[in-house]
Amino acid sequence: MERKIRVLVAKPGLDGHDRGAKVIARSLRDAGMEVIYTGLRQTPEQIVSASVQEDVDVIAMSILSGAHNHLFPRVMELLKDKGVDDVLVVGGGVIPDEDIPGLKAAGIAAVFTPGSATTDIIEFIKNNLKRRE
Amino acid sequence: MDDSAVSAERVRSGDIRATARLISMIEREEPSRLAVLKALHAYGGGAHVVGITGPPGAGKSTLTDKLVAELRGRGRRVAVLAVDPSSPFTGGAILGDRIRMQRHATDEGVYIRSLATRGHLGGLSRSASEAVRVLDAAGYDDVIIETVGVGQSEVDIVRIADTVVLVSVPGLGDDIQAIKAGVMEIGDVFCVNKADKDGAERVVREIRAMLETAVLNGAATRFSALYTARAALAPASTDPATIESARDSLRDSLRGGAMEQGAFHHIAAQAPGHPNLEIPPVVCTVAETGQGIVELVNEIKTHEAALAATGFLRSRREANLAWELGRGAAERVLSALERDERKETMSELARAVLDKRIDYYDALDTLEKALTRY
Amino acid sequence: MSDTENIKKGLEAYDAGVTKALAKFSERKKEFSTGSKSPVKRLYTPLDDAGRDYAKDIGFPGAYPYTRGVQNTMYRGRFWTMRQYAGFSTAEESNKRYKFLLSQGTTGLSVAFDLPTQIGYDSDHALSQGEVGKVGVAIDSLADMEILFDGIPLDKVSTSMTINAPASVLLAMYIAVAEKQGVGPDKLEGTIQNDILKEYVARGTYIFPPEPSMRLITDIFAYCSKSVPNWNTISISGYHIREAGSTAAQEVAFTIADGIAYVDAAVKAGLDVDDFAPRLSFFFNAHNDLFEEVAKFRAARRVWATVMKERFGAKNPKSLSLRFHTQTAGSTLTAQQPDNNIVRVAIQTLAAVLGGTQSLHTNSKDEALALPTEASVRIALRTQQIVAYESGATETIDPLAGSYYVESMTDRIQKEAEAYIATIDGMGGAVKAIERGYVQQEIQDAAYTCQMDIESGEKIVVGVNKFQIEEGPPKGLLRVDPIVGEQQSAKLKKLRAGRDNGRVDSALAALKAGAKGDDNLMPLILEAVRAYATLGEICDVLRAEFGEYQQKVIL
Repeated sequence: MERKIRVLVAKPGLDGHDRGAKVIARSLRDAGMEVIYTGLRQTPEQIVSASVQEDVDVIAMSILSGAHNHLFPRVMELLKDKGVDDVLVVGGGVIPDEDIPGLKAAGIAAVFTPGSATTDIIEFIKNNLKRRE
Repeated sequence: MDDSAVSAERVRSGDIRATARLISMIEREEPSRLAVLKALHAYGGGAHVVGITGPPGAGKSTLTDKLVAELRGRGRRVAVLAVDPSSPFTGGAILGDRIRMQRHATDEGVYIRSLATRGHLGGLSRSASEAVRVLDAAGYDDVIIETVGVGQSEVDIVRIADTVVLVSVPGLGDDIQAIKAGVMEIGDVFCVNKADKDGAERVVREIRAMLETAVLNGAATRFSALYTARAALAPASTDPATIESARDSLRDSLRGGAMEQGAFHHIAAQAPGHPNLEIPPVVCTVAETGQGIVELVNEIKTHEAALAATGFLRSRREANLAWELGRGAAERVLSALERDERKETMSELARAVLDKRIDYYDALDTLEKALTRY
Repeated sequence: MSDTENIKKGLEAYDAGVTKALAKFSERKKEFSTGSKSPVKRLYTPLDDAGRDYAKDIGFPGAYPYTRGVQNTMYRGRFWTMRQYAGFSTAEESNKRYKFLLSQGTTGLSVAFDLPTQIGYDSDHALSQGEVGKVGVAIDSLADMEILFDGIPLDKVSTSMTINAPASVLLAMYIAVAEKQGVGPDKLEGTIQNDILKEYVARGTYIFPPEPSMRLITDIFAYCSKSVPNWNTISISGYHIREAGSTAAQEVAFTIADGIAYVDAAVKAGLDVDDFAPRLSFFFNAHNDLFEEVAKFRAARRVWATVMKERFGAKNPKSLSLRFHTQTAGSTLTAQQPDNNIVRVAIQTLAAVLGGTQSLHTNSKDEALALPTEASVRIALRTQQIVAYESGATETIDPLAGSYYVESMTDRIQKEAEAYIATIDGMGGAVKAIERGYVQQEIQDAAYTCQMDIESGEKIVVGVNKFQIEEGPPKGLLRVDPIVGEQQSAKLKKLRAGRDNGRVDSALAALKAGAKGDDNLMPLILEAVRAYATLGEICDVLRAEFGEYQQKVIL
C-alpha cells in the first residue's frame, strides 16, 4: 500500500489567526496527506504528545504572535526528551528573517514566512521526510 | 525509530511510540506487523470495546472527550480510535476529531489515535480491529471507537464493539427516518445528545417508540440478543398466554413512566419475570456541559456487566471473530485469485464460458475446486 | 427616440466595435473580476441604473437609508478620527507610544492588548509564556491600567480598546482610572470591541461559550446606557472576518448578521432598542479593490438602516445609522519589498475615506514582519493626513455616488449580503449558524480559493508572485524584550502581597454569586477591579461559572 504522509498541524500559543494553518491543512489533504488538526492554543507538551500518539511524519506549526522564539524550540526540546528524532518539524507565521537561523539551529527544518506558496511547503515536506521506506 | 524496533514487549510495557508505530504498520498493511501481532496474541481480552456512532454533527467527538474524562475519573486507562473518511479524490484526509480531545493529550492514561478510512470498503476496516487488539494487549481498560455514521461504517462497528452507543441529536430532521430504516438495530445503549436543544424530547419519544415497538413485537435487534441470552439463564415461561400478559404489564408500566428517571435519563424497563422483554436505556446528554455523562457511562458499564454475567460477551465476540475470519479468508481468496497463474486460469475459464464450452456455474465449481486444493 | 433607446443603440454600436477589435486583439483576460472574485463587466452605463429610485435607495447624507453617509456634512464638518492601534510590551512603554502618537496629531487612542490579556490570563499563567507584551500591552490589574494612561486626561481623549471576551473587565479598569483622575464615567468617550461572535469565527480570542458571553455583552449595553452614555459599547467587526479570508459581501453579511444577534439578545433581555442601538458601532476592513470597497461601505450602511428600521422598528435616527471604524487590510501587506505596502495602504485609505468612515487606522509597512517601528507608524499616519489635506477627496460628500459602476456594485453587494442574512435567519440566527460552523465554512472556502488563485498566478500580488527581486533581510524591526514576561510576573507578585486581599476575596465572592444569578455583572466587576483583583482572577471566577468555549473547527 502507498505510504501515506501523516502531518500534525498545530497552532501553539494563544493567537487565534488560523487562516494560514487551515489553508495549509486543506492543501496538504489535497496533496494526499493525512492531516491531524489540533486547533488553537496548543501547548508544546500537547503538540509533542499528540505527535507521538499519532505517529506523524511531520509537525507543522504556525505562530503569528511573535512567541515563536519561545515555543518552537520548546517543541524541539520535548521531542528530544522523548527520543523522537525522525519527525520533520516545520514552522510558519510572522517570523523575522533574523530569527530563522536560531530556529533552524534548534531543529526547525524550515520556516515559511508570509507569502510562501502551499506548493512549496508540500514539496519541502515530500523531499525532506526523515522516514523513508 | 525504525519499524523493526517495534516489538510486543515494547507495546506491552506501555511504550507509546511502539504502540503508535505498530498501528501505523497496521494501516500500511506492512507484512512485518504480523510477527508482532502474533506475539501480542497471547495478551489482552480484558478491554471493554465501546463503539460510538451516529450521524455527522451529533457531537460524537465532544461526547467521547467527556466519556474519556469520566472513565479516567473512575481510574481506567482509556484508548480512543477516531475514524474519519479519506477523500475519495485525493486519498488525503483531515482528521479533526482530536481537537475536542486535546486536553487529554498529556494524560499518560489516555491514548488517542486518528484513523483515516483509506478507501477500505466498509469504512471501519480490518485495520481498526487489529488496532483494537493492539490497544487491548497494551493494557487499556476501555477502547472507544468513534465513527462517523455514514455509509457502511455503522454496520461495521457492530462487528468490533462489545457495546455500541448510538448517538442521535435533535434538529437533523430526516435522520430519524434513517434510524427507523434499521440503524436502530445496531445500538445497545441509546444516547440523545444536545438534549438542551429544541426537539430533544421528540427525538427521545421517537426512539422510545421504535424501541418499544421492536420489543413488543419480538423483533430481532442487537440488544434483544443479550436479553435472549439472559432469558436462557433464567428460563421464563414459554406459555404464550403468560408471555402475552408479561408484554401487557410491560406496556402498562411504560405508560406509567417506568423508564423515566428525571426527564433526562430513561433507564431500561423490564417486564416482570421476563428478562427477554426489556427496552434498552435512552440517555440524554449535553456533551458540551457534561450533563448526563455519568449516567451514560453507568449505562455503558451496566451493559458490559450484563454481557459478562450472561456469558453473552463471549458469544458476541465469537460471532464477531467468526465473521472476521470469514472476511479474512475471503480477502485471501481474492488475493490468491489476483496471482498471475490464477489470472491465467480465470481467463481460460472465461474463454470457455464465452465460447459456450462450459456454463458459468461449472466454471465457478472448477475454480472453487482448484482453490480449495491449496 | 427616448434617452434610454439612444443609449441602447449606442451600446450596441460600441459592442459591435469591441467584437471587431477582439477578433484582432484579445483582452488581457477572459474574465474580469473584483478583488472578491465578483464578475466585472467591460462597461457600466446608465442602463445599469434602471429600476433604482434615487430618493428611496440612495437618498441624502445623514438621512435614511444612509447610503451616502451618516452625517449631513461629513468631512466638510470634520475629518474622521485618525486612530492608530498601538500597544506593546509593558504599560510604561505603551504609555510613551501613546504620548508620541498624540504629539504627532492622532486624535484618538487605540489600545492593543497582548494575547494573555485578551484571553483573560495573568502574565504569570503557564499559557502566557512567550506571549506577554508581544502583540500588545500586558494588563494584569488596575495598577497597570493606571500606568498605561498616566498623564493622559481621559476626559480629553477618546479611547478605543480592542478587547472582547474580558471587555467588561477592561472597561471597568478604564472607568476606575478615570475615577482616580477625577473624571466621571459620563465624561468618558471611546469604544470597546466587545464583539464575541467574530472571535468564534475569525479571531480566536474567545473565553466563554456563546450564551454567557452574550449576557456579558447585554450587561454592558444596559450598564453603559445609564452610566457611560457616550461610550460605544460594541464594535461589531467585519475586519477580522475579511482578514480570515471572506469576500467583501460576506464581510458585510456576517457582520450585520452578528449585529442582528446582539440587538436580538438585548431586546430579549428587556432593553428598548432605541436605548442602546445608538451606541452600536462597526469596524470594517479596507482592502485593495478601491471601487468594490467603497461600494461595500455604502451597501453596509443601507443594509443596516433597513434592518434596524424594518426588523427592529428603531425610530431614533442614530439607531439606524451605521457608524464605523476602518483598518486597512493587514492580510494585503507583504513581507516582500515592504515599502510597497505604503502604496497599498494609501489606496486602502482612499477607499475608507471615499466610503465615509468615521475613524481609521492605517497599517504600517512592516507589519507583515513584526510590530511597527515609530518611523513606520509615522508614515502610516501621514498617509491619512495626505488623503485628508491634499487629495481633495474630502471636499464633497460621497464623491463616487452616481458612478454607474459603483452604484451597481453597491446594489450587488447589498443583494448578496441580504441573501446570506436570509440563510442565517433560516438557521435561527448568527449564534446558531456559528455553532453549526456555517459561517466558518464559507469564510474558509473563500480563503482557500484566494490562496489557490495567488499560487496559480490568476491573482497577482506584486513582489510575491510577480516582479520579485532578491532582497536582504529587513532591518530595524521592533523587538519586544522577552524580559517583559518576568517583569510582569514580578509586578503581580508584589501586587498580590500589597493589596487588601480580604476585599479582593469578598469582591470575587460577590461576582461569583452574581454570575450564578442574573444581576448585571458590571458593578460587581467594577468593585473587583477597584480592589485590584487581577484580570486572571476575575476571569477565573467567570470561567468556573460559565465554562469555556470549545472551538468549532470546520475544514
